[in-house]
Amino acid sequence: MKLLPLQAALAAVLLSAAAGLSAKPLVVCTEGSPEGFDIVQYTTAVTADASAETVFNRLVDFRPGTTEIQPALAERWEISADGLTYTFHLREGVKFHTTDYFKPTRTLNADDVLWSFRRQLDPNHPWHDKSSVGFPYFESMGFKDLLKSVEKTDEHTVVFTLSRPEAPFLSDLAMAFTSIYSAEYGDQLLKAGKTGDLNSKPIGTGPFIFQRYNKDAQVRYKPNPDYFRGKPPADALIFAIASDNNVRLQKLKANECQVALYPKPDDIPSIKADPKLKVAEMEALTTGYISLNTEHKYLSDVRVRKAINIAFDRQTHVDQLFGKGNALVGVNPYPPTLIGYNTANRNPPRDLDKARALLKEAGVPPGTVLTLFTRNGGGATNPNPRLSAEMLQADLGKIGLKVDIRVMEWAEMLRRAKNGEADMVSTGWAGDNGDPDNFLTPLLSCDAVKSGENYARWCNRKFQALIDKARTITDANERAALYVEALAVYDEDQPWISMAHPKMFTAMRDNVEGYHINPLTNNNFATTQVK
Amino acid sequence: MTTPIAKTVTTPATPVDQSLLYPSPYKEFWQAFSRNKGAVAGLMFMCLIVFCALFAPWVAPHNPSEQYRDFLLTPPVWLEGGNWQFILGTDELGRDLLSRLITGARLSLLIGLSSVLISLIPGVFLGLLAGFFPRILGPSIMRLMDVMLALPSLLLAVAIVAILGPGLINTVIAIAIVSLPSYVRLTRAAVMGELNRDYVTAARLAGAGLPRLMFVTVLPNCMAPLIVQATLSFSSAILDAAALGFLGLGVQPPTPEWGTMLASARDYIERAWWVVSLPGLTILLSVLAINLMGDGLRDALDPKLKNAA
Amino acid sequence: MLSFIARRLGLLIPTFFGITLLTFALIRLIPGDPVEVMMGERRVDPEMHAQAMERLGLNKPLPEQYLDYVGKLAQGDLGESLRTRESVWNEFLTLFPATLELAFAALVFAGVVGLLAGVIAALKRGSLFDHGVMGISLAGYSMPIFWWGLILIMFFSVSLGWTPVSGRIDLLYDIEPKTGFMLIDTLLSDEEGAFKDAVMHLILPAIVLGTIPLAVIARMTRSSMLEVLREDYIRTARAKGLSPARVVFVHGLRNALIPVLTVFGLQVGTLLAGAVLTETIFSWPGIGKWLIEAIGARDYPVVQNGILLIACLVILVNFVVDILYGLANPRIRHQR
Repeated sequence: MKLLPLQAALAAVLLSAAAGLSAKPLVVCTEGSPEGFDIVQYTTAVTADASAETVFNRLVDFRPGTTEIQPALAERWEISADGLTYTFHLREGVKFHTTDYFKPTRTLNADDVLWSFRRQLDPNHPWHDKSSVGFPYFESMGFKDLLKSVEKTDEHTVVFTLSRPEAPFLSDLAMAFTSIYSAEYGDQLLKAGKTGDLNSKPIGTGPFIFQRYNKDAQVRYKPNPDYFRGKPPADALIFAIASDNNVRLQKLKANECQVALYPKPDDIPSIKADPKLKVAEMEALTTGYISLNTEHKYLSDVRVRKAINIAFDRQTHVDQLFGKGNALVGVNPYPPTLIGYNTANRNPPRDLDKARALLKEAGVPPGTVLTLFTRNGGGATNPNPRLSAEMLQADLGKIGLKVDIRVMEWAEMLRRAKNGEADMVSTGWAGDNGDPDNFLTPLLSCDAVKSGENYARWCNRKFQALIDKARTITDANERAALYVEALAVYDEDQPWISMAHPKMFTAMRDNVEGYHINPLTNNNFATTQVK
Repeated sequence: MTTPIAKTVTTPATPVDQSLLYPSPYKEFWQAFSRNKGAVAGLMFMCLIVFCALFAPWVAPHNPSEQYRDFLLTPPVWLEGGNWQFILGTDELGRDLLSRLITGARLSLLIGLSSVLISLIPGVFLGLLAGFFPRILGPSIMRLMDVMLALPSLLLAVAIVAILGPGLINTVIAIAIVSLPSYVRLTRAAVMGELNRDYVTAARLAGAGLPRLMFVTVLPNCMAPLIVQATLSFSSAILDAAALGFLGLGVQPPTPEWGTMLASARDYIERAWWVVSLPGLTILLSVLAINLMGDGLRDALDPKLKNAA
Repeated sequence: MLSFIARRLGLLIPTFFGITLLTFALIRLIPGDPVEVMMGERRVDPEMHAQAMERLGLNKPLPEQYLDYVGKLAQGDLGESLRTRESVWNEFLTLFPATLELAFAALVFAGVVGLLAGVIAALKRGSLFDHGVMGISLAGYSMPIFWWGLILIMFFSVSLGWTPVSGRIDLLYDIEPKTGFMLIDTLLSDEEGAFKDAVMHLILPAIVLGTIPLAVIARMTRSSMLEVLREDYIRTARAKGLSPARVVFVHGLRNALIPVLTVFGLQVGTLLAGAVLTETIFSWPGIGKWLIEAIGARDYPVVQNGILLIACLVILVNFVVDILYGLANPRIRHQR
């Protein structure tokens, strides 16, 4: 019958339409376009969400919603007594993605791990120079010096040799830049001369298989049926790129997306009030603070720094800047979710008279000018730096200190602050690996004074000794005790005005299940579905 | 012999000063201008705006930066939930919209005026130079202007503000730079038109030096199109400043510039439409008023430029 | 004719160089260290910094950098985006069709409605319709188009729900970007309802973007039509007994269109500027949004060469319009 092909075609269309109707795709409204999919070349959270969390896995992971390490591509591991050798036993039978541009002939093995690390470590690796600006995270985490070698002892065992004991190393291996790529795919691209494809057509072992990226519009994935943790429940994953948070909210309300990342704190109450929506919240691993330049004539005196901390109205500041309940008032350099948080440290109660007395004692003439460098636009750790600066200015004005607010572009501010040009710098920091050292060494160590990143230019021998020791010990409890001690030293000396630990929020439809908000701000949808 | 044709009969007793029979140029201008109803309406609205701008602190019912925490997003008085204390309602931080609009008038007018002045004076000067030195200097100046005109004005302004950084002063500079080419072109065209006239030749023969020729002889006769252009670029300046404010590149919050107010208002499309509509409406009406005035000016000052209407 | 084209081309070259100089200078004047910008908040060790400066050629003297820049342009190398490491030219090509589609739709809207309104206003001079058209077009180019877009969204998308709020197409359709033009791609794909969806997404942005050109075209058509209708040959045509429609459209409009065409071409600049605002409001992934985000992210190569490309586009279109105008109007061709 001539009509049969037509009927068949019609039936196929109808069936696929019906199948389409019953499929529950998960659409996530994200805040920006991924820069590329070769995650080791980039540092932004957006790019990590779109590649590391979807297409790739790492040797270890953070348990969702926490900073605890759990096995991922590595089933188990051993750390040598001297803390210099890490041996990882890889999971067997992990499959790489099959797409129309790559068909794997084998499962994951040690060669893939070697490829992924040697590419960044070894200047002779054929892929080492294929990145135009190097491997930013690999370098800034100091892996070049830290990793002496990466070797395999058999098909499923990899040995990392470090140049010195480094307790945070295991947490570092959960970070996006240690994602495991397919060495086979790498070889295939190299042979075909298409090394650029690694950035636009990624292959990994992760929960989602890359389908398509429509530039600045959307990224499409389909679930990986062979994912070693089980096929993701979502039938399709679509990232809708909407850089404006109003648009994200509008789309969420219209059910055009089921999850909206980074809603505005102002909108949270109304989202919570909407019966069809819900909000997941958590303290982010971030700190907003103002550093006090301890090399400044007056700021070098701890009494002056104490006076400033006593005069600053932190609670009002946090409430006004972030909205009531949307941020934790800062006390320590890092939020309470990390080990070693010193609960004995307290912010001093606000006492203007005491502050003035301290200043007088230190011999600070009234009307002394202090410069405050602050950035131009808002960021995660401070949505309105200008407002924040003005509030500090008002508070310090009451005790006779004049604050000269200098607003400038982020990059310029960093540069000048590193040169020590500022008396006070209003800035923030986001943790990468859930380890206290990640906050303390880059920002408060003596080394960091040399590199300029320690804007307070504070070098305290006792503090330094404590954090150095804590870095080398792998026992968590011992480390926690050391950090508590170190933070007590910090509290004595007060090189900063710690401001806030903002909370992070994700808004979603109330029929979305299985989403875990993570302190490290990465978003993983392997277990998320729309009911 | 035929007698020559008699002259016209009566010579008046005293010779009447002919110039008194004709209205003064200003009166003539006003008569022509006021015939255009739209232009008059525009002028009156502008007077209102100028009044608000000049006397903002006294006219505005509240301090534009003061945040009334208990009255966030109050609707205007004619809606349910409205409050006579805040006639046009309040914004997301509880600031009175009417006061912000009135204070914003100051900023907009300031931006318009300063950018026009900053671009008019160099623009006219360059145009004069281009017109008076048509061999080398003229074409090079014009090429430079062509380059600047090749970029859409908003993009150029955005690029300039990107370099200089956001803020009020940089907005004015950016807008001034962007409007410069049109003044140069206009002046040059007008100057080249006038240069061939007799009075210029006469002045030259009388020994007028170059500066005098440029500024005293020729320039006053080119004023008509320049005034019209100045009005039009005043209105574009307001629009461009608002666009820059909207993109976050212009005047920064909490300063109540109309465009900047619209940038933060995007969030409230659903909840509080007045925060979105009213600042934009004010921009629309002001620019409309200026354009109507500009049209009227053009018609009144130079009939040749009139629409074929 | 050829000498006319040649003369026009000759004018193009110095303008083009001027633009490269302008964009080059613009970028070099931006404060802040580009390498630090690239690294973001991460630590930059001095060795890496020096390497990156070397690689980007930022430590050579300025005139040499400019020559390098022009040299690369001549070879078609427009640099790489600092953010995505993708070639600026590729990014431009990927995103340009979206802007082109929007601009084209806006121009069609502005052209059709503007021409009709202008012609009818001219025919019914002095009537309410005429005053209405003039009034509305005056309002059209007095209004801030970003506000106009917000109002339309508020009304048609949020309150009435007739049109979608943003984007080019509903996310559930998986459309392969074969041409980059959503209207064509949806027709080529086999998803049902996708074409209609794409059209719905295009309507509001096109109207917003086309508002100013609409106003200008309507006014221009009207005044041009009025001038033409006073001409002798129109009187002759009427006297000959031709039908009014024929008089207007065949004899009148054809001649009235010439200055209007120039205006059409000149609107390209307005459209590109307007695209920046429209794309921001409607989250339309085109080059306007691309440029604004690049400026915010200090992505120098994109800002520099993006502006260059747009300026070249405008110059090109003006050039073509010039030529067409010269073709249509012999007086222009033979001018100095």
